[in-house]
Formats: sequence, structure tokens, C-alpha cells
Amino acid sequence: MNKLFKKISSNQMNRKQKSRFEVGLIYLVLAVMFVIIAYPLFWAFAMSMNTTSNLYAASLSPENWSLENFKWLFTSPRSDYLLWYRNTLFVSTVVTVVTTLTVSFVAYAFSRYRFKGRKNGLYAFLLLQMFPVLMAMVALYILLNIVGLLDNLWGLILIYIGGGIPMNAFLVKGYFDTLPKSLDESAKMDGAGHFRIFFQILLPLAKPILSVVALFNFMTPFMDFILPRIVLRSPENYTLALGLYNFVNAQFSNNFSRFAAGAVLIAVPIATVYLMLQKYLISGLASGATKG
Amino acid sequence: MASNKNQNKPTQTRVENLDHSPKKAMLLSIIPGMGQIYNKRKLKGIALFILFAAFAFVMFDFVASGLQGLVTLGTEPRVDDSRVFLIEGILALLFTIFYAALYWINIQDAKNEAQKIRYGWKPGGVVENFKNSWDTAFPYVLIGPGFGLLVFVVILPLLFMGFLAFTNYNLYNAPPRNLLSWVGFENFIRLVTLSEWRETFLSVLTWTITWTFVATTLQIALAMFLAILTNDKRIKAKKLIRTVLILPWAVPGFVTIIIFSALFNDNFGAINTDIIQPLFNTTIPWMTEVMWSRIAIIMIQVWLGFPYVYALFSGVLQGISDDWYEAAEMDGASRWQKFTNITFPHLMFATGPLLLTQYTFNFNNFNIIYLFNEGGPAVRGQNAGGTDILISWVYNLTFTNSQFSMAAAISLILGIIVATFAFFQFRRSRSFKEEGNM
Repeated sequence: MNKLFKKISSNQMNRKQKSRFEVGLIYLVLAVMFVIIAYPLFWAFAMSMNTTSNLYAASLSPENWSLENFKWLFTSPRSDYLLWYRNTLFVSTVVTVVTTLTVSFVAYAFSRYRFKGRKNGLYAFLLLQMFPVLMAMVALYILLNIVGLLDNLWGLILIYIGGGIPMNAFLVKGYFDTLPKSLDESAKMDGAGHFRIFFQILLPLAKPILSVVALFNFMTPFMDFILPRIVLRSPENYTLALGLYNFVNAQFSNNFSRFAAGAVLIAVPIATVYLMLQKYLISGLASGATKG
Repeated sequence: MASNKNQNKPTQTRVENLDHSPKKAMLLSIIPGMGQIYNKRKLKGIALFILFAAFAFVMFDFVASGLQGLVTLGTEPRVDDSRVFLIEGILALLFTIFYAALYWINIQDAKNEAQKIRYGWKPGGVVENFKNSWDTAFPYVLIGPGFGLLVFVVILPLLFMGFLAFTNYNLYNAPPRNLLSWVGFENFIRLVTLSEWRETFLSVLTWTITWTFVATTLQIALAMFLAILTNDKRIKAKKLIRTVLILPWAVPGFVTIIIFSALFNDNFGAINTDIIQPLFNTTIPWMTEVMWSRIAIIMIQVWLGFPYVYALFSGVLQGISDDWYEAAEMDGASRWQKFTNITFPHLMFATGPLLLTQYTFNFNNFNIIYLFNEGGPAVRGQNAGGTDILISWVYNLTFTNSQFSMAAAISLILGIIVATFAFFQFRRSRSFKEEGNM
């Protein structure tokens, strides 16, 4: 009797120990992952706080950190950071306003009306969504060159708007689909016209998705490097991503800590927005991609 | 009120008019508007006729010369710019298609209305008609601006690229100095037969496929592993852990890739000086040797790409009911059996199409290839770098070698591959099918 009891308890001990060991192992794996994730980010941050702009001499210890690099970006006459910032802000603003408007029109039509060509239109949008604008870069380069929009911010704006329409339209359409149709039907019975139903009833209800679309479109020019690289040629037209890349590429080791400072200023706000909206973005994008 | 109106109307006016022939209306509509006039809708008929005639009149010259230009691509060197001819030709083509579609709709409309008249329908007054046509036209008005932009910014360039692939546009034969001409499939044939092209093409293609497969699969595997670990009931501070694990997704990619390319630098990168050197007393040529560059790029992409998949997986795992696992435990299932029979199928079912997009994304992941070391290191005997994938090779051909036609041809191949993927994704996402049936 006593023996049996002992056996059971030791068995339990064993299981408990095993469980504890497992949990420890899981934490260990996660800790390793934390280091792998945090190290490059921390390193870049430390670089941006270093007084020496030379990569060889830089140190990671926070003893002599300073904000000198940040100051250089904004005050030095040799720094184009503010100019790039202004260009990016201009592109972002125009893209956001135009895209949000056109996309909400398109999504409203696809969600609320049954018209000839609707199904084919949806298919076309879904197909076009699969092809990144980048794939046609040869054509874009030559086309923009001919119409004189190469090395012009408007050329960049046009591509951002056009390329973003299919994807964004699906996001907004998916949201419109979830709003009850009885709302606009009762408004119609009360004699409201098409535009009135749209602007006074549906648009206010769709505010959450529209703000996400707007925010997304606003951030894209801050993060995108490729399209500016294809379209823009002269330094006074650069956007932030392209400007910083060319800046660090010109003299890699010497400019690095200034680049890091400029990059931290872009990355911190964007990362904050992403982390705050993560749940919404991930599930929203997921449903937009599968639901159609 | 409204339903009442609808019920009353047909009973009031239902007088069948069997002399009215839909066929006649259709035939008359060969001249746009005549069918509608036959249907006793004079105003609509006249408006249609004027619209169609005006468009035909104004655009005829443009379309005719555009289509002609598309065939010849210009006749006088230095005067005719073949690229402009090509664009005008495509625009003329698009316009023709658009016009033909409208023409077809016009005939159909005359037929439908005639049919309705035949069974007793009577068109209402001018005001009511106008309101009805505004109702039908409204969705098109909404779509108009977006669709127009899409045509000019996405469809036109894609078509232009498609046509370009069948011309001879390169550094030595470039408009406006020279004229382009149609060369049929010559670019594609050269790509697979000429040894200088073939070797590069094959090695880039093989690496592109390997890269896509290895990087994406590792990304998904790591994400799955971590999602299962953090879903364990015994783990605390889950929210914090999840936030940290998602961090790489939140930081803009171009920033992290440049940071990594500094970390991996052969001479002063921290990975060599702080980790490899002290541990193994040697340095690894991350930037200058093809194999190490490829390994570095795959590792970086896994770092960049796993968080999104991880977030997806975490969401799905939280949704799997505990009943499944309890029932499996009753039956004495091992952990591995629980994973293969419950967890894995759930994950794949819920995220399958999205995982496929991850593969297409990496297939065209220009950012990482270019920002890490511009597709390098250079490889002897081929005009693409050791880590160049198809899209970054296209970039090089366009912007450094001016091999425009070849770049377009390769882009076309890329497009076909992506379209195949897209097709599978269509089939797999059930909800779209449901939507399509509406």
C-alpha cells in the first residue's frame, strides 16, 4: 500500500519535473528568438545614437550616446532629409486622398449594385491584384519617359494610385458587404438618391476600414523603395526610402550612423502603427485576400 | 407603397403586342439607335445615334492610324518614334474593344426592350425613363474613375510590356534613332538557344525557384513551430511574447535589410567580427561568395517573413476547440499524432491560399535581393549576379544593359508563372466561388 502510494507520487513528481523542463525549454527557445529579433534592431538604434559616424569605431554601449546624428539630419546644410521628407509627405497625401475616394466608389458599386459586367470586373480585379506593378517596370520606365513623367513625383503618384486600386477595393468591398442592406433600402424608400445613400449612410459606417486604407496608403511611400528607384532620377525628387538608400550606399561605413538615425525616425512611428493595428491588419488583409 | 406600385402597373397596362419583333429591333440596331426608335423610344434612340456617330467620327482617324502604326511600327527612322506608335496602337486597340462592347450592349438593349414591349410593357414618360437610365448607369459612373486609372496605369503598361517582348528594342536598336520591328518569338528562342543567354537564364531560374521554395517553406515552418510553442497553456505573458515576435513585420523592410547588409558585411560587419571570428577564428565571405550570399539572404528573409505567418497561425490555433485535443487524449494519441491529425490540417485549411501568396511574394521579392547586395556577387560568364532572381535580373537588363525587349520577354515568362499560381489560388478559395455565383 505504502509502496504503491510512493510509486504514484514519484510518477507525479516525474511528470511535474518533465512539464517544468518542457516549459523551461520553450522559454529558452523564445529567449533565443528574442535575441535574434532584437539584436539587429537594437544595433541600428545604438548606431544612430553614436557620436562617431564611422562604422569601424562605433560602440554599442550606451555610455556616450548622443542625439548628434539626428541634429545633423535636420540642421546640416549637407543633409537633404527634410527635402525628402517633404517629397514623401506630398506623395503620401495625394495618394491617400485620391485612392480612398476612388476606392470607396468602386467598392460601393461592387458591393451594392448588380450590373452587367460585375462578375467579370471582380475577376479582373482579383487577377490584377496578383500582378505587382513592378512586373511591368520595363514598360513603366519607357512609358513615363515618353509622356515626360519620369523623374517626376506625379508619375510616382499615378503608379501608386493605380497599382493600389484592386487590393484596396477588395478590402473596402468586403467591409461594405458586412453592412446590412436594409439600411440603404429603407433610405431609398424614403426617397434618398444614390449619392445621398452613399455619402450620408454607408460612408460614415465604413469609417474604420476607410481609415485603415488611408493609413496604409499614407505609409506606403515612406516604406517603398523600388518604385521611387525606377521613377525618380534627381536627388531633389527623392523620397525618404530612396534618399536614405543612396545616402548610405554612397559611403557605406561613413554615413551609416546618420542613415540609422534617419531610419529610426521612419521606423518607430510606422512600427507603432503596425503593432497597434496588428490584429485588425492581419485579419483584415487575410479576409480581403481569401474572401474576394 | 413601392411594392403596391409595382403590383398595379403591369395589370393596368398589360396589352400584349405580338407584332413587335425583337429580331427586327436587333437588325435595326446595326445602325445604333434605330432599334430603340423602333421601340418607340425616340429620345433615347437619337441620343444613342448621335453618341455613337460622334465617337466614330472623332476617333476614326486615330484608331485607323493607330492600328496601322501598330503593324508597321513606323517607316521613317529619326522621324517616327516606334514606341509612340506602339502606345497609340494599344490605345486604339483598347478603344476598339470598348466601342465593340458598347455596340453589342446597344443591340442587346434593343432586343430586350422589344421583347418586353412584345409582352405588354410600355415605356414610361421622359422623366421616368431618364431616371431609370440614371439608375442603370450609376454603378458605371462609380467605377469609371477607378477603372480608367487602372487601364492607364496597370493594364496599358502590362500590354505594352507584352508587345515589347516581340520587338527588337535594345541598346543598339533604340528609338527614336532607329525603328523597331516585330521579331516574333525570336527573343524567347534566343533565351533558350544562345548559350550566353541560356546559361544565365537557367541558373537564374533555378535559383529563383530554389529561393522561393526554401525561403518561404522555412518561413512557414518557423512560424508554425513558434505558434505552437506560444499557444502552450503553461506559457505566461503571451501578449508580450506575441508582440515581440511580430516586431520584424512592423519595421519597414528596406530599413532592416540595409541594417542586415551592414551586419553581414565581410570586413566590418558585426556577424563576422563579433560572432564568427571569436568562435571559429575565421571570417565568412557573406558578400563575395555566391553560396554564402544565398544563405545570408535566405536567413534574412526568414527573419523578415515569419512574423506575418506566425500571426495568422496564432489566430487559427486560438480558434481550435479544446474538445478535439481532449478526445484525442482519451484515445491515447501521442503529441505527434495530435499535430498531424488536428493542428496541421486546421492550420492548412484556414490559411492555405494565404500561404500560397507568400510563395508568389517571395518569387517576386525584389527588395531583399537588391538591397542586400544588388544581386551580387558577380558570376563569371553570365550577365546576372549570383543571387539575382528573375525580377531583379529584369531590373538589371532594363536599367543597366538597356536590353528592353529581352527584359519584357522575361517579364512575360514571370507573368505566366504568377498567373498559374493565381489560378490555383482562385480554385482554392471557396468563398470567391460562392461570391461568383451571386
